[in-house]
Amino acid sequence: MIKIKNISKSFNEKSVLRNISGEFDKGKTNLIIGSSGTGKSVLLKCIVGLLHPDTGYAFYDLRNFTDADKDVKSEIRREIGMLFQGGALFDSKNVEENVMFPLDILTKMPYAEKLDRVNFCLKRVGLENVNKKMASEISGGMKKRVGIARAIVNNPNYLFCDEPNSGLDPQTSILIDELISEITHEFNITTIIVTHDMNSVLGIGEKIMFLHKGDKLWEGSNEDITHSGVKELDDFVFINKVMRSLKGTKLV
Amino acid sequence: MKEFGRYMIFLGSLVVRRETFITYYRLVIDECMQIGVKSISLFVLVSTFIGAVTTVQTAFNLVTPLVPRYVISQVVREMTVLELAPTIMAIIFAGKIGSSMAGGLGTMRITEQIDALEVMGINSSSYLVLPKIVASMMMYPLLVIVAGVCSMIGGYLVGTLTGILTPTEYIMGIRSIFNDYTITFALIKSVVFAFLIASISCFKGYYTQGGALEVGIASTDAVTSSVIAVLLADYFLANLLLSS
Repeated sequence: MIKIKNISKSFNEKSVLRNISGEFDKGKTNLIIGSSGTGKSVLLKCIVGLLHPDTGYAFYDLRNFTDADKDVKSEIRREIGMLFQGGALFDSKNVEENVMFPLDILTKMPYAEKLDRVNFCLKRVGLENVNKKMASEISGGMKKRVGIARAIVNNPNYLFCDEPNSGLDPQTSILIDELISEITHEFNITTIIVTHDMNSVLGIGEKIMFLHKGDKLWEGSNEDITHSGVKELDDFVFINKVMRSLKGTKLV
Repeated sequence: MKEFGRYMIFLGSLVVRRETFITYYRLVIDECMQIGVKSISLFVLVSTFIGAVTTVQTAFNLVTPLVPRYVISQVVREMTVLELAPTIMAIIFAGKIGSSMAGGLGTMRITEQIDALEVMGINSSSYLVLPKIVASMMMYPLLVIVAGVCSMIGGYLVGTLTGILTPTEYIMGIRSIFNDYTITFALIKSVVFAFLIASISCFKGYYTQGGALEVGIASTDAVTSSVIAVLLADYFLANLLLSS
């Protein structure tokens, strides 16, 4: 479980996040949603330590990560897997080397064992026989899958996904969502996904936090989202005619 | 001063939370290939022509018959060892290797590859930058030696083939009144220049923010700042090591 408490963050005196608190449950797909520029990615970066919040803390199973010393931070980070928006695959390495990279750095496993693990993870994300392809030679959807394989290769306890569907067609988006959801349940990990894709929200949002202009306005599940009573959330959810026609009905 | 302070903090970050020796060993070997082996043809080409041109221009300026012809190769040797090989090559090194380092790291930054390393608990600056600096400090002195030799060979070929001076005169000039400390001085300079170029270029690339445009700006900044640092260091090292 990950718990955040009173997280605030400003850039050049512009307040981006204000006193965000909440809990992200283990074994569930937790979503942080909101329009572009509401601070979702900043919150995620504060949680994983890529940004230091001005105030507040992130706790990983009761371990204070934000104020931990470098050794403890390093130890917790080795339990983290992260899927970045663009995949963030290393250009100089092929698919196999990219997925094997965390094992090379963080473990002392023999090569054969590492290769088995890499092949298992690639198979798990539906990619086979692409081991020797360079990152630049594969499609956007495949990059996301390789990114997921790399994120889970070291058996993480925490999985973070920053806009996993961006730039993908709707069909591939749903496949990626389902894959993340399956992996979360299969390995019983705490998953946090930042997204503004309503398909993801309705499809896999077991626990959802809605941000609006740096404030947390609502928390709930995909079953409750259509009748939250929060105007800003309604504006976000019922943005198109199809969704508006379904207002008031139970969607999930 | 703020930028200089950030640069010093950046240098400090390279030596904390390091990975294993074997990891760095592999990375340094890879970087040596990139920096040394893939640059050697350019260095050979440029230095050979610099030696050739220096020979022709020195001969052009030696109008009095009172000065013996072998002085031409003596001038070529001194210019090559003291300035052309370490300093002019440093400017080429900054243009080729420095801009490549800044561009590579800048691209890694904007495509979140550096963030990916940090999330894995790896000290990204140490992992990515330290091997580049070490490899530069190992390979650049070797490139300077190659450049020095090629420059003198270039001078020899042009000098003898065009009849400016005989092979015997050229060899005599190369060997006469030779102070071997100039070689030591050139190698000290080359190590310092390599450190400055690699560290400044990596610093500029590592802290790139924005998109493709900013990566280009970081590469240009890296070359500009490195060249200025090299020229300043050249002056201070000359004062420090040659003044007595």
